[in-house]
Amino acid sequence: MSDDPIVQMTGIRKDFTGVRALDGVDFTLRPGEIHAVMGENGAGKSTLIKVLTGVHTPDAGEIRLDGRPVRFHSPGAAQAAGISTVYQEVNLTDNLSVAENLFAGREPRLGPFINFRAMRRKAKALLDDIGIELNVAAPLSSYSIAMQQLVAISRAVDIEAKVLILDEPTSSLDRDEVNVLLGVMRRLAAKGTAMVFISHFLDQVYDIADRMTVLRNGQLVGEWTTAELPESELIGHMLGREAATLEQIERTAAAHHAAEEEPLMEVTGLGRRGSIAPYDLRVRRGEVVGLAGLLGSGRTETVRLIAGADRADSGKLRFDGKAVNGHNPRTASARGIAFCPENRKTEGLVGDLSVAENMILAMQASRGWARSIPVARRDKLVAEFIEKLDIRPGDPDMPVKNLSGGNQQKVLLARWMLIEPKLLILDEPTRGIDVGAKADIQRLVAELSSDGMAVLFVSAELDEVTRLSDRIAVLRDRELVAVLESEADMTTERIVDTIVSGGREA
Amino acid sequence: MNTYAKRLMWPVIILVALIVVNIAATGIDFIIPTVNDGRLGGAFVNILRRSAPLLLIALGMTLVIATKGIDLSVGAVYAIGAAIACQMIIEAPDQTALGLVFGAVALALVVTAVIGAWNGVMVAYFGVQPIVATLILMIAGRGIAQLITGGQIPKVQDASPFTELGRGSFLAVPLPIWIAALMLIAIALLTRKTALGMLLESVGGNPEASRLAGIRSKGITVLVYLVCSLCAGLAGLIGAANLGSADANNGGLWIELDAILAVVIGGTALLGGRFFLLGTAIGVMIIGTLDDTIINVGLSSQWQFTAKAIVVFVVALLQSPEFRGWILKPFKRQPDAPAPEPAPAEEVLAK
Repeated sequence: MSDDPIVQMTGIRKDFTGVRALDGVDFTLRPGEIHAVMGENGAGKSTLIKVLTGVHTPDAGEIRLDGRPVRFHSPGAAQAAGISTVYQEVNLTDNLSVAENLFAGREPRLGPFINFRAMRRKAKALLDDIGIELNVAAPLSSYSIAMQQLVAISRAVDIEAKVLILDEPTSSLDRDEVNVLLGVMRRLAAKGTAMVFISHFLDQVYDIADRMTVLRNGQLVGEWTTAELPESELIGHMLGREAATLEQIERTAAAHHAAEEEPLMEVTGLGRRGSIAPYDLRVRRGEVVGLAGLLGSGRTETVRLIAGADRADSGKLRFDGKAVNGHNPRTASARGIAFCPENRKTEGLVGDLSVAENMILAMQASRGWARSIPVARRDKLVAEFIEKLDIRPGDPDMPVKNLSGGNQQKVLLARWMLIEPKLLILDEPTRGIDVGAKADIQRLVAELSSDGMAVLFVSAELDEVTRLSDRIAVLRDRELVAVLESEADMTTERIVDTIVSGGREA
Repeated sequence: MNTYAKRLMWPVIILVALIVVNIAATGIDFIIPTVNDGRLGGAFVNILRRSAPLLLIALGMTLVIATKGIDLSVGAVYAIGAAIACQMIIEAPDQTALGLVFGAVALALVVTAVIGAWNGVMVAYFGVQPIVATLILMIAGRGIAQLITGGQIPKVQDASPFTELGRGSFLAVPLPIWIAALMLIAIALLTRKTALGMLLESVGGNPEASRLAGIRSKGITVLVYLVCSLCAGLAGLIGAANLGSADANNGGLWIELDAILAVVIGGTALLGGRFFLLGTAIGVMIIGTLDDTIINVGLSSQWQFTAKAIVVFVVALLQSPEFRGWILKPFKRQPDAPAPEPAPAEEVLAK
């Protein structure tokens, strides 16, 4: 492995309207290395990557590629120079086939025509090489987000990238898929490809990265090899404080809620064909019930039935002492069931509307259009929640799409907290957000439940589920297989065992 | 400067420029209203009077576009509204009866509202794409209008009070201007003094998120198409009253395209979400002034379409942040103080 860097960025500065996003940052990438760029949201990771990939041009500083100074004015120029990127959100065309996506813009030709047969053959070979099996003629949309991500990565790999940038590639993959991806990365590294890896999953970073560069507030904190930087120190560098905040959250709610109390919500045999098998579930006031399972195990589908987002075709739902028939998001919210969906951007927020408007949306919807919330009351509520949830920037009139993921999630939470629900359903509330906001949201969940709110909490991170939940429902293959109740069962190992055994006692 | 003012800036500049060109060509009389027999007249007042039907339709269209929809049937609905009222009046023994005129107007409005509700139900409940749902009536509507008039062009007597709707005036101001202005105020109040505007923008901006937030998006969608169609019917009545007849084939022909144009010039994006009623009103005035400008500067009327295209082209360019950045580049200081453009600011925060 040569030590001559393939990419050398020195003294990079980038300003946006009054904000210094990067301030004299250095970054060095060597061939065949997997280099993690770490930092909270807003630390400058994305900006650094965008400077490297030609999306932004730096205001100061120098980029050298293979020792030669370069200046990319467009992402295309960077790609032509051998820098490929796989983004967090899959940037492919849903309704084209897998093969077409893999070879878009560089299709094998037969004279003026596209040679579809050769394209499919090459696509198949490429995916085989990476170790995933797909029908390359099927439209991309027929596969899960996870698979689409792998297709995006395969495409980047095939473009013979010298430098491959992976921006949160694993945020929507389940464990097996992550392993496939990490395997692919190792293989590429062995072949000499340099990779920049950005991920919120520290275990994955420690698993795969050779080296880490840590940024905070647009400044370089330092560069370390993975071996010399223990996890606690890394978090300290990222947060700028000696924080083990995540560990401090204690579950307090469970004990004092007697088991004989009538549950707030009781579900019997609720199900939807092709989506989730009929299941039973109870939630008491002040209780946090976690839903654990792999991606695609039916976690989201389970809560969507309760939230009225999807219509159940069997089973009964009792809520707050009343039987609920014919359920939709509006009636659910009127009953006091709040639902923060998994996908903030497409199902949660209205990007063009302001922070304030997004916050009051559910409250306004429940009042109907004719009874507008008085401006003074609205401003007061919004200001209160911006402060309470520490939403930054705290400008209520800013379009919500300009906020970072963590702050967007908080706006969504505020929307539902405003209607003071009895049951709060959170589907992956901490996915893709920074450590600080994650801790804030976890703390909030604990607080709300000790105030008596019931919470249904879906998360792919087992640690988080075990830490926050009083009880854990485990799902597998679109079926609720077990509910773990006892203190002793609240471990990640136990959850994994349950998933593996499918709920049958081993 | 807030978003609203920023959106309105370019349309206002274009409108003022057009007015200045007209004043240069024909003198200050262009803008100064004259008073004849206690009624306002003059070139600009006439432009406003003639633009009233278009404004009514464009206002409704703004709301529809805010929900990510479009209503192509407004021209046909215009013709239906005109046909119903005129046919009912000419079939009556006494065309001057006030009750008859009110009845005819009411019937036309009710029918056009029902047509709008139909469009809305197609879009909201049956999931038909707006452009397809309203295309059906765009084509069928003129046929319906022809059936109503029996293929003839019903001519209302000049003595009928119905014609006042297009030709009359109240407190010296022509009635069509009153009607359009009142509708503008009514819709502005309806959307901005209640939460309807915000909910509309939410439904247009992200339908699924709106549904999950508990908004009755279907009801809102139907309401919006209903209002749009009602406005089109009202516009048809004014047009017919002005002419004294209802032409099923040519009444309001292509007015849907002018209305969409006005909405876009006014700063409302066809993608839905934020809408700007005042912008639409200015867009309508630009389109209205343009026709006169062509004559006033001495071009033949054949230039009308080309000139309209040029103005649209210019407005579209001016509204494009990319183009503005490109054209303003030489005037900018060095990148240490970047001009306040929306795009980069988003990115710095969206990490």
